[in-house]
Amino acid sequence: MINIYESTITAAKEIPPYGEEGEAVSTIQRDPENRVQVLDEDGNLVGEPPDLDEDTLIDIYRDMKLARHFDERAVSLQRQGRMGTYPPLSGQEGAQIGSAHALADDDWMVPSYREHGAAVVRGLPLKQTLLYWMGYEAGNDVPEDANILPVAVPIASQIPHASGLAWSWKLQGHDDTAGICYFGDGATSEGDFHEGLNFAGVYDVPMVFFCNNNQWAISVPRERQTASETLAQKANAYGFEGVQVDGMDPLAVYKVTQDALEKARNPDEDQPRPTMIEAVQYRFGAHTTADDPTVYRDEEEVERWKAKDPIPRLEAYLRSEDVLDDDAVAEIEATVERQVDEAIDAAESEPRPDPEEMFEHVYADLPPELQAQRDEFVATVDRHGKDAFLEEE
Amino acid sequence: MSETQNLTLVQAVRDGLATEMELDDDVVALGQDIGANGGVFRATQGLQDEFGEQRVIDTPLAESGIIGSAIGLATGGMKPVPEIQFSGFMYPGFDQIVSHMARYRTRTRSRFSLPMVLRAPYGGGIRAPESHSDSKETFYTHEAGLKVVMPSTPYDTKGLLISAIRDPDPVVFLEPKLIYRAFREDVPTEAYEVPIGEAAVRREGSDVSVFTYGAMTRPTLEAAENLAEEGVDAEVVDLRTVSPMDREAIVESFKKTGRGVVVHEAPKSGGLAGEITALLQEEALVYQEAPIQRVTGFDVPVPLYAMEDYYLPNAARVEDGIREAVEF
Repeated sequence: MINIYESTITAAKEIPPYGEEGEAVSTIQRDPENRVQVLDEDGNLVGEPPDLDEDTLIDIYRDMKLARHFDERAVSLQRQGRMGTYPPLSGQEGAQIGSAHALADDDWMVPSYREHGAAVVRGLPLKQTLLYWMGYEAGNDVPEDANILPVAVPIASQIPHASGLAWSWKLQGHDDTAGICYFGDGATSEGDFHEGLNFAGVYDVPMVFFCNNNQWAISVPRERQTASETLAQKANAYGFEGVQVDGMDPLAVYKVTQDALEKARNPDEDQPRPTMIEAVQYRFGAHTTADDPTVYRDEEEVERWKAKDPIPRLEAYLRSEDVLDDDAVAEIEATVERQVDEAIDAAESEPRPDPEEMFEHVYADLPPELQAQRDEFVATVDRHGKDAFLEEE
Repeated sequence: MSETQNLTLVQAVRDGLATEMELDDDVVALGQDIGANGGVFRATQGLQDEFGEQRVIDTPLAESGIIGSAIGLATGGMKPVPEIQFSGFMYPGFDQIVSHMARYRTRTRSRFSLPMVLRAPYGGGIRAPESHSDSKETFYTHEAGLKVVMPSTPYDTKGLLISAIRDPDPVVFLEPKLIYRAFREDVPTEAYEVPIGEAAVRREGSDVSVFTYGAMTRPTLEAAENLAEEGVDAEVVDLRTVSPMDREAIVESFKKTGRGVVVHEAPKSGGLAGEITALLQEEALVYQEAPIQRVTGFDVPVPLYAMEDYYLPNAARVEDGIREAVEF
């Protein structure tokens, strides 16, 4: 019996709104305590941990370290002019890695554009993420066995796809497949959020809608997106459960996601398959490297959330359980650094694409007019030489 | 040839859907009121009884949701045929069409194509309320990755719809609702394809080439027949597919006549008449005997129906356009 509702929603409702002393109720979301939690900020066990073996716990820790290190290097590459605009994820590793690990092999992931960490867990090589943000179409090549839909930049536009994808499994009788769809707090204001979740409820599809509520949609705070007390409660309007989880607690995220996926596959009688999870967390850095968050938020707020950093939190717990020690942590850090180095080297070794590649993958068979445009342009480039077109990278 | 049925254009839509759904279990139709109601124009009449609620699916009233979830169904291996009730209501789903339906193949390096057909009745002339009469095909012809089909006969409608469903790429299928029931034609009961991207010469002629498509094919043919009595021999080329356009057929006809007229009910500026004129200027300038005439809707919102007879090109305006081209 999966009972996310009783264990979480009702619990959340019983606890009164809180905030910093004297703060308005509208900031309830700005502190992550009133929600599903397994580890407290210091990594002490405060809830029932998920049933995970040591190897998986170490994998979750390793993947979070990898995502953080990758993120720091990616921001640095952008600052050095070696990569284009990039959306950082630091602070959100607990939500990404915890949830992605809960997926079964055949499950699918429908990302937005910040889920570089979750995508690695699903089998997308780091090199691909780097290439995409370096402006290479080749970054969109996904290994055939990686069950992940493409990055979706227009906000919330991937949510109806997730509903349709899960609906296709149901119509085709694939009872064991479920999926997770990521989006942010800002996305919940979009029409496609409403339409996507509404379709999911009406057709009762096996999809978990995972809201990475990182408190800021670029510069607009969570309380300016909606007058709802929580984002999770929006699910009630679509006829299924909404759950708040401490998104900076990877074990709580894993547990809630796994329960939601299990319910999507095997609901009790009259229990709807979809779930919305609101993972309350914080974006430590900028929206993208083109954004300056100091313009719109206080350093004090950032520091308060950094105290809830998911990585030292899980590390403290794993050390207390004798799953990790100094040597193991050092080994993981060295491996992670090497992995990211190799991915950067590989991405930066990618040859600049030829102009005719622009015309690939537009249609299965290129129409005559497009063939003509391609051939004429290739001839033009040959005549002038590539240097006449290419600026320095 | 096998058995035929004498069908209207809207019945040919229904027959095309039914024929392909019978052959391919992956094909599902979805949209507002398409189930028990059979669609507001009866284009899906009886299909739900025939194929069940899992394949002919009434949806919530949400165009972006319909198109977006159809995209998701296609990524899951199905061949969805979503219907938008009127083309003037496609705009809430425009982001899904442009950002995803058109670009999914590109964005996934062909790992996913979207074998879906987005159907919608388009155009004016049926005394409909505001927003029900638009002809905005150029919104979609401007978007790489889409094909745009606009049939004008029952036979073509069934064959093009089957081709569209079988096409690995997404197709916007705009149906001329003005002539949904205007005439009947013998349509084979079996499945057949009319190729996407090929025009049809509806009337052969030697004096002037008139290019048109969809509902405007009828007044154009009427004008051509009227002028034949005056000794003007007009060729009428029905594009059938407006993206990719059959440039070869357009240029070939124009080289024969040296004079051209384009007829469409969409607004003049930025319309396909401009594209066709530019094409002929590029490919057949030395054959050109006269300025190419554009007989089109005006650059105004489609008016409420008391004025729509003035807005829509009719045989009289097409005749004027042909005379201008011939008498220059």
